[in-house]
Amino acid sequence: MTGLLEVRGISKRFGGLQAVSDVSFTLNEGEILGLIGPNGAGKTSLFNLVNGVYKSDKGSIMFAGKDITGLSPDRVVRLGLARTHQIVRPLQGMTVLENVIVGACFGRENQSMHDAHATALEVLEKVGLAKRAYSPARALTLASKKRLEVARALAAKPKLLLLDEVLAGLNPTEIAQMIDIIHSIRDSGISVFMIEHVMQAIMNLSDRILVLNLGRKIAEAPPAEVVHNTDVVEAYLGFPDIVDKLRGMA
Amino acid sequence: MMTMLRRPLFWLILLLAGIFAWLPVRGNNVALREDLILVAVAIILTSNLNLMIGYTGYVNFGHIVFYGLGGYLGLYLATVRGWHLVISALVAGVLVSLVALLFGLGILRLRGAYFALATIGVLVAVQAFVANFEPWGRSTGMYVSFDSYAPLGGPRHALWTTYFLVIGVMALSLLLSLAIKSSKFGLGLFAIREDEDAAIVLGVNATVYKAIIYSVSAFLPAVAGALMFFKNGMIDPSIAFEYMLSLEGIVMLMLGGSGTVAGAALGAGLYERLRSYLLTSPRLSEFHLVIAGGLLLLVIRLAPGGLIGWLYRLIPHSREVVE
Ligand SMILES: Nc1ncnc2c1ncn2[C@@H]1O[C@H](COP(=O)(O)OP(=O)(O)OP(=O)(O)O)[C@@H](O)[C@H]1O
Ligand SMILES: [Mg+2]
Repeated sequence: MTGLLEVRGISKRFGGLQAVSDVSFTLNEGEILGLIGPNGAGKTSLFNLVNGVYKSDKGSIMFAGKDITGLSPDRVVRLGLARTHQIVRPLQGMTVLENVIVGACFGRENQSMHDAHATALEVLEKVGLAKRAYSPARALTLASKKRLEVARALAAKPKLLLLDEVLAGLNPTEIAQMIDIIHSIRDSGISVFMIEHVMQAIMNLSDRILVLNLGRKIAEAPPAEVVHNTDVVEAYLGFPDIVDKLRGMA
Repeated sequence: MMTMLRRPLFWLILLLAGIFAWLPVRGNNVALREDLILVAVAIILTSNLNLMIGYTGYVNFGHIVFYGLGGYLGLYLATVRGWHLVISALVAGVLVSLVALLFGLGILRLRGAYFALATIGVLVAVQAFVANFEPWGRSTGMYVSFDSYAPLGGPRHALWTTYFLVIGVMALSLLLSLAIKSSKFGLGLFAIREDEDAAIVLGVNATVYKAIIYSVSAFLPAVAGALMFFKNGMIDPSIAFEYMLSLEGIVMLMLGGSGTVAGAALGAGLYERLRSYLLTSPRLSEFHLVIAGGLLLLVIRLAPGGLIGWLYRLIPHSREVVE
């Protein structure tokens, strides 16, 4: 069986820093694949390689049976691979609704303005932002801006959604709401690849977890196995409370 | 298209063009016609510049290059080749747009200040080229031959014809701005203006969009240039590529409200009238650029949204009529 996303030996070097080093993995259709690793491990860089923001120094990326190696992000999203940004990037001067309409218009279905309007309202309802549809994007709280990131990516009608720390900076209630949203996204048939530092959430949500450290993949396994992997524990040694948390959850 | 007909601004633009066309005809007022044609040209230049600055967020300091090149090509085709004025102007517009598309693909990889600098480079380079181009008369330029007026019914009649054509181009410029603003293409441009990298991740092909809008923003100014220099009867490199006009276009846009259709028209109209007044006033004529600069600083400082932005804040409902 072949996966929805097949990454083979991709690497990225910034000057003297090997941010991503020979990473390979497969993401299966319908699964939630978690991506964890200490700060600076190369997680966001890996996302940037997958959706074409960075060009990989070597290796290949196959998505839905197509070779997307070297394609620009706008072409990648039109093939059905959408993402959110760790540091939120709303189109500040536009309303929340317009932001999401952009996502729908230029996404996989290349919708007309008219259809995009309907899609956007639907998606905003789904992420709980319908009431803010006509607010300027810059007026949103951080939690709402994260929802907007998710809404915009969802409006592209993706087959695969990359979520970069959508829980970071949210309070417990907001985290619970966002987890519900992620569940409903998966239930609607969209595969998810997500970076998260909130361990409890990622352990519960993910079918499998990929662990990066210093740009290398050090583990790829179901959550229960990952927490007992000695390499993973070592990678997190500088963060003993995270190790405890990992153990406590398994 | 049907939705356009429901926009109040669509009808306001037609009304404006109608008033422009009618005012000087009433009483055969040639002086008024000459005033209004300058206002119309200012509106054409500013609203097309708005497509770059206001819609896409790319400052073009060399916008006048399209007007000047259009003037040269149009005059050459009408006078040397003997083509009809309307055909010459349209062909000039198409050719200048194609040149702009090539330039655009080259310089639009640059962002922010680097792009702005490159547009100055384009202006200087094109002017230098034209000033040394033998078929276009180098630095002496070209004159319209008397015969060229014949197909338009002689010089006097030709002046009126050109006037109506320029008013038509003005209306088309504003309608084009309105149509782009309400289109998916326009939405992509606005996304680029807000955050180009985020727009690309959302699926906007920024490279292509920017090149297209740069080329589109060249078309009607080039047509207007062809008409105007034909009307003037001559062209040379210094009047065709007047650097100050390029800068004043930016002042007009900021004054009226960049990014809005009505703002471009309003700023251009007001500024052009003010400029004509200052230029003809014996005591102030030296100072018109000082006043332009001061005005720009004031607007940026006090009302960054220009007059239209100020109107929206004053009367929020006005947005529904003016947008
Ligand atoms: N465009 C870039 N230019 C230079 N260095 C970069 C660039 N992008 C990332 N890096 C570096 O690559 C390394 C990995 O960064 P990355 O953002 O991928 O880490 P991360 O795992 O997402 O970390 P965090 O958990 O803090 O978000 C870091 O050392 C970072 O400074
Ligand atoms: Mg990161």
